[in-house]
Amino acid sequence: MSVVSLQLGQCGNQIGHELFSVISDDSSGPNRKYKQCSDERFFYETSTGGLVARSVLVDMEPKVISQAIAKASKSGRWRYGDKAHFSQKQGSGNNWANGFCVHGPHHEEAVEDLVRMEMERCDRLAGIFTMMSVAGGTGSGVGTYITQRLRDLYPNSFILNQVTWPYGAGEVIVQNYNSVLTLSHLYQLSDAILVHENDTVHKICSRLMNIKHISISDVNKVIAHQLASVLQPAYTADSTCHYSTNPIGELLSSLVCHPEYKLLSLCNIPQMSSTSLAYSVFNWPGLLKHLRQMLIASTRMEEGIDWTVSSPSAVTSGGEGATNSRHKSFNLSLANLLILRGKDVSTAVTDGFKDPALYVPWLKTENSFSTWTSPVAFNGYEKSATLVSNSQSLLKPLDSIVRKAWNMFASRAYIHQYTKFGISEEDFLDSFTAVEQIISSYTHL
Amino acid sequence: MTQSIVVQVGQCGNQVGCRFWDLVLREHAHVNQMGVYDEALSSFFRNVDQRCHCLVPNITENQVYLCACLQAVLVDMEEGVLAEILQGPLRSLFSSTQLISDVSGSGNNWAVGHHTYGLVYREQIVDQVRKAAEHCDCLQCFFLIHSMGGGTGSGLGTFVLKLLEDEFPEVCRIVTSVYPTAEDDVITSPYNSVLAMKELTEHADCVLPVDNQSLVDIVGKIQHMSNTGKLGCAIKKDCTIISGQGGVVKVEKPFDAMNNIVANLLLNITSSARFEGSLNMDLNEIAMNLVPFPRLHYLVSSLTPLYTLADVNIPPRRLDQMFSDAFSKEHQLIRADPKHNLYLACALMLRGNVQLSDLRRNIERLRPTLPFVPWNQEGWKTSLCSVPPVCHTHSLLALANNTCVKSTFFELRECFVKLYRRKAHLHHYLAVDGMELAEFNEALSSISALIEEYTHLESPLMPNAPRLTIAT
Repeated sequence: MSVVSLQLGQCGNQIGHELFSVISDDSSGPNRKYKQCSDERFFYETSTGGLVARSVLVDMEPKVISQAIAKASKSGRWRYGDKAHFSQKQGSGNNWANGFCVHGPHHEEAVEDLVRMEMERCDRLAGIFTMMSVAGGTGSGVGTYITQRLRDLYPNSFILNQVTWPYGAGEVIVQNYNSVLTLSHLYQLSDAILVHENDTVHKICSRLMNIKHISISDVNKVIAHQLASVLQPAYTADSTCHYSTNPIGELLSSLVCHPEYKLLSLCNIPQMSSTSLAYSVFNWPGLLKHLRQMLIASTRMEEGIDWTVSSPSAVTSGGEGATNSRHKSFNLSLANLLILRGKDVSTAVTDGFKDPALYVPWLKTENSFSTWTSPVAFNGYEKSATLVSNSQSLLKPLDSIVRKAWNMFASRAYIHQYTKFGISEEDFLDSFTAVEQIISSYTHL
Repeated sequence: MTQSIVVQVGQCGNQVGCRFWDLVLREHAHVNQMGVYDEALSSFFRNVDQRCHCLVPNITENQVYLCACLQAVLVDMEEGVLAEILQGPLRSLFSSTQLISDVSGSGNNWAVGHHTYGLVYREQIVDQVRKAAEHCDCLQCFFLIHSMGGGTGSGLGTFVLKLLEDEFPEVCRIVTSVYPTAEDDVITSPYNSVLAMKELTEHADCVLPVDNQSLVDIVGKIQHMSNTGKLGCAIKKDCTIISGQGGVVKVEKPFDAMNNIVANLLLNITSSARFEGSLNMDLNEIAMNLVPFPRLHYLVSSLTPLYTLADVNIPPRRLDQMFSDAFSKEHQLIRADPKHNLYLACALMLRGNVQLSDLRRNIERLRPTLPFVPWNQEGWKTSLCSVPPVCHTHSLLALANNTCVKSTFFELRECFVKLYRRKAHLHHYLAVDGMELAEFNEALSSISALIEEYTHLESPLMPNAPRLTIAT
């Protein structure tokens, strides 16, 4: 089954390009079945034998797309489709309203045509995977509009949105407005929202990978590595002897049990610089123990983990007791998906994650936790573990975004820039309400 | 690639404009060694001769065969400056229809520039601008360059601004205004400036005020550095922001050093739109991010570094020094004190070999030292362009929307009121057809209201509005 990707805006296009590079590098190992499955999922073969990515690139200005296409062709291993991109001359100016109300409707037909062509090329569609940032104008505004159209056109397909949250200390001044507007709309349209935060990835680059001068492409490579570890072929609970043919569907059914809880976060260990990799040895128990603690202490990085946070001991009294004995920064999960890749994966013991204290009491543990495995070493790491989690870990950053956006809204700053494109103050209030609802649902898990 | 059209009005506007074209050509020739008309050039030039796609084989020689034509309109009501342009080496860049001129000038009288000449030349100016706009694939922005103290630049310039808003409402208007200093040689400059300010507040999207005194100070500083030549601090020859070496125009004129600084400002603002980079910033994003309230669109700009040192081994602390300098008073193009006033928003536009981590590190470092307005504590907009300016390895342009501009306006208003109280020189203005005393009063109240709005933002913290709560 194939995944059609949609790269939106500068961030989406840059990440998308890195993602395909990582996937193509990773599957060029000796395991043929793995390569076949991965190629079928993400690329299609042309008559000349080259691999073309199943991807549509959309941006309102041409520079980033031409860069991405040029870099892909240079790699020699894969490239983008010749006509599979759409750009205009003038960007959206970091304005969500401009992207959503003006550029989106203006160009919806062209983009829908491109997506439809990609979908028709697939034998069977696993789902639509979009990549965008929430801080800018095109990725967030046009991205939301396109997701809305795709949801209308293909109501039975899975749509998984990967979003990148910006640095807390500003990349774009109106980023908080754009984030709130995007999330409030996407929540209704998307099946699940997979979140990456620039702050966290930046810390991974600086502390774990020891990169002295971090550039945007370093950050993107880490994000691509994490995404690829989720999307590459694996054996799941449903298909234990051949690679899963429904990756996105299974991801959604294991993690998104209720439409009110759709925010997913990712952690992946180990992450280190390529020079230290040759000297490191890992074992599954060690990796899994770290990952479990990262989950409950809500850290997404393998350094600075707070080991004092522990899960409450099994309580025999009612739900009240469980809430009270929980450490205050304990991260309660709805569902977790563990993806293990590498040597001796069958020996990995995942019982630590099956502890019912980690999960909400109204879900049965066997429904909350699932594991995928793959014996193929991933992207140069002999053993690697990824945890996709639907939990409270994104609460704090989300809350901070909303708080800053609300402060700005209270002084009505920048509102005239949005109203001139058709977004009124009521729309803002609706969006704030929707996002506060999300925060409230997760807080009262 | 989007296109921009430059409209230069008045003596000052045209002189700065010429320096700008010279430096733009120098920059593109530096980047574009083959001399082929490429995307980046299309933002300011249009390719006239389709057969010959070559631009300039040797820009340093005096033979400039240009098959490209500027997207610009040059306006001046007296012939001297424009005639000089028509005879200079840049003449092949324009066709004579792009130059609109008259004979006698505006006599330092805003009313003459705005009402008399505005009426007479309205059609011609609209025509020229429309012609230039038709050639553009996607017009994004108008750059208006003028001075505030004179007659043509301020009067006719603001008339053109209003015209641009009427004819092309969706196109962004970025205005570079040269404000008069206290010791200005034009006595009626306060009148001209305040009358022009009203128009700028109402019709411009974004104004970059520049002050002659600051430019003089910067030039003085650079010349001091190059003359005293401390050991180990020797400035690389001709690599300063006041130098025009390597451009087309050979002869250096007196105000050139100061005008080069303003030209560099414009170059840096448009760099991210013209060249590629890892974090692009288009021109419409400037207005979007830096203008929280429609009337408060006056941005304080500062450029660093002013010069490149001859010593190639630049330790990384030089990079941090560049960021600190951008927030020091000596590098600003207008005399004001941002650090003791409130920042509403700030944009950092980096060019050259600067990495994301350097940027983030410096933002973290500088954030606690700069007072931001409470509802925009982390109000930074950043952009990274990979092409550095000529002769530098990296550069930084900081644009800040800060309440310190109100002190400049306050001084301007004081000068205006001093003259107005005595009704001095008023008869020259009132003698012009279409000019009334009410206009003076309106202009005065407009600038007072502006100062009031800036002051209001500085008022002590209002308690944060409570967030929406969801009933559980």
